[in-house]
Amino acid sequence: MDLIYTAAQTQFRAEVRDWLKAHIPAAPLPSFDTDAGFAAHREWEKTLAQGDFGMVTWPKEFGGRGCDLIDWLIFEEEYYRAGAPLRVNQNGIFLLGPTLMEYGTAAQKQRFISAMASGSEMWAQGWSEPGAGSDMAAIRCRADRDGDEFVINGQKIWSTRAVFADWVFCLLRTDPESSRHHGLSFILVPLDAPGVTVRPIPQLNGLPGFAEIFFDDVRVSDFNLIGEEGGGWAIAMATAGFERGLMLRSPARFQQASKRLVELYRQRQNDILDLSIEDSVVRCYMDAEAYALSTYQTASRLINNGAIGPESSCNKIFWSELDLSIHETAMSLLGAKAEIEPSSPDADQQLSNWLDGFLFAQSGPIYAGTNEIQRNIIAERMLGMPRR
Amino acid sequence: MNFTFNDDQLLFRDSVRDLLRNEVTAERIRQRWDSDSGVDSAALQSLVDLGLTAALVPEEQGGLGLNAVDFILIAEECGRAALPEPIVDSCLVATPMLVDADRALEGSDSRLGELLQAIASGDQTVLCGPSINPYINFAHSADYLLLPHGNEVHLVANDAVQLELQTSVDLSRRLSKVSWQPRSETCIARGEMGADLWRSTLNRGALANAAQLLGLSEAMVARSVQFATDREQFGRPIGVNQAVKHLLADCAVKAEFAKPAIYRAAYTVAVAPTRADWSVSHAKASAGDAARAASRNCTQVHGAMGYTWECDLHIWMKRAWTLDREWGDAGFHKNRIHEWLLQPNALLGPQYTFGRRHMGDAATPITSA
Repeated sequence: MDLIYTAAQTQFRAEVRDWLKAHIPAAPLPSFDTDAGFAAHREWEKTLAQGDFGMVTWPKEFGGRGCDLIDWLIFEEEYYRAGAPLRVNQNGIFLLGPTLMEYGTAAQKQRFISAMASGSEMWAQGWSEPGAGSDMAAIRCRADRDGDEFVINGQKIWSTRAVFADWVFCLLRTDPESSRHHGLSFILVPLDAPGVTVRPIPQLNGLPGFAEIFFDDVRVSDFNLIGEEGGGWAIAMATAGFERGLMLRSPARFQQASKRLVELYRQRQNDILDLSIEDSVVRCYMDAEAYALSTYQTASRLINNGAIGPESSCNKIFWSELDLSIHETAMSLLGAKAEIEPSSPDADQQLSNWLDGFLFAQSGPIYAGTNEIQRNIIAERMLGMPRR
Repeated sequence: MNFTFNDDQLLFRDSVRDLLRNEVTAERIRQRWDSDSGVDSAALQSLVDLGLTAALVPEEQGGLGLNAVDFILIAEECGRAALPEPIVDSCLVATPMLVDADRALEGSDSRLGELLQAIASGDQTVLCGPSINPYINFAHSADYLLLPHGNEVHLVANDAVQLELQTSVDLSRRLSKVSWQPRSETCIARGEMGADLWRSTLNRGALANAAQLLGLSEAMVARSVQFATDREQFGRPIGVNQAVKHLLADCAVKAEFAKPAIYRAAYTVAVAPTRADWSVSHAKASAGDAARAASRNCTQVHGAMGYTWECDLHIWMKRAWTLDREWGDAGFHKNRIHEWLLQPNALLGPQYTFGRRHMGDAATPITSA
């Protein structure tokens, strides 16, 4: 155990810090759930790619730097510390990217990862259906093979940013005779293909962050099939593993938010009547650090040829509940001003950030597998409790 | 940067775990409850044979020269076994206090070096009674006690103190209130040196309890998983019910995130024990939280059985209740964190998880407080 950064790691941190300082947009970008905001965030992804900072852990040939996971954590720490824009292509770079690295052919990696890393193609996720939410094996949306093509018919829902994205990665039923998790395939679909209809669903903040996607005889080449036909479930589980495990929500995000919470608490300290707030602030800061420490532990283990165990299911519960606590505590500190929308004369950047974050935090315990599903996974796979 | 344990540390952990599994059963713990001393000499001797008492004694005094990181997994195992003997208190807390004192005095007080040799071989034991703990556990079994008089540290022989035994809710504990008279010849440190020694010792004590609380939590959850698998109602194991699963999953999450906080605290204590307040308080508060949740939820999973004397769960549960309040309770540790968070120069933010050293200030050892 050695909890001191090497000279190379310190040097890398300095490089990231300097680069971000020189390149971060002067004013905060508008929400990426608007046309203008999405375009601005897409530009930012291109800027990151030009600095070779799109995804530092990826190999050089795909626009990365071949960094290890400790460097990734350092990058993320500096990224959130600097207040850089949120990653609009997170479905691509955090979920599909790692999936392709593991299951894609050389040609597929060449075709899709590079475009993802350069910021030119943005991705949405197409897994949930009206009848397949937590029970994802109930997927019905079909992809029927026709020669070297698939013909897709059906519906997907709750696809984040599909309104603006270029592509969607889907889990589709390729064997019409199959049921449950058999006969599903992992297929990439361009959202501008004939027969695709994307209908926005406004989220809690009124912006079209969700979409439902309708497929009506949509034809895609079987080049877009990842892994084996009918082997999609295992690949989707691996993708979900990245989502819940390490990549999706880096600890720095919550450490920076809890730092802002402490600053807010210092400002408001003398106006607080609810004594439990003090305890909440302490807990939030501790928990954000605990999440960081846990991630460093996992990263170190992976670097030393260990594996992510079933205990990674604990992560998703922990960070999503932490995010709620941080923002609920901030709302309590802001008191009667907490509700003020950014368009109001009395609004300022601080109020807007907290309200935005508070609304978004409500979704944390739901997306990427609800926390109830996560608790089942922990109980059954980590603790070994009986399924039935 | 490498946040893992090495093979030697894991191997040491495994051999202690195996030994405790065989030697420290619930039945033998209950036998201790009925004995006068509360000690199982055979179990104790096998732990000495494995090198526990020698672990943190320097090599030149016949010890193994290990540190808090090497011992932290051992402390966790002692918690998992609900080991009654105060091995962790003597090996991870009192012994390093003597080592620190001996180093600060540059060996000028020969009593300390000799005592450390006797500790390493298992011939003598020492425990300490900081002002934060009103009672000393197993004081009657120690040859020497390290006691505070203001900032002074006194090394007092067992026959120079009066002990008033108290009965704890946890019958594995043997608490004493200690009365004694400070004398100049028993004083081994004073002033700033004494204050530093007590500060380090408080951090080591809280760390030791945090690690044991983690082991206790995991042990309670493991027992409850077994119970929920065996116990049937409505024709199937009660553990298939989500309500039961989620009670235990919540405990697992808490324990999982207390873990790295405890390991960071062990590292910080090994490197700079007087400056480990933040990391130790984080570890103790989270481990206590995990242990309280496990105590409550595991009793619930056991149903009425969990409320009986016969069910072994309370061996672990009562130990968790008491260790949570010793060496500073949750309020004490959260207050230390709170005070630190409010300091204008506190190092806050994602870049400071491991202190400020990596930002080019090479002279500052890793620490947050």
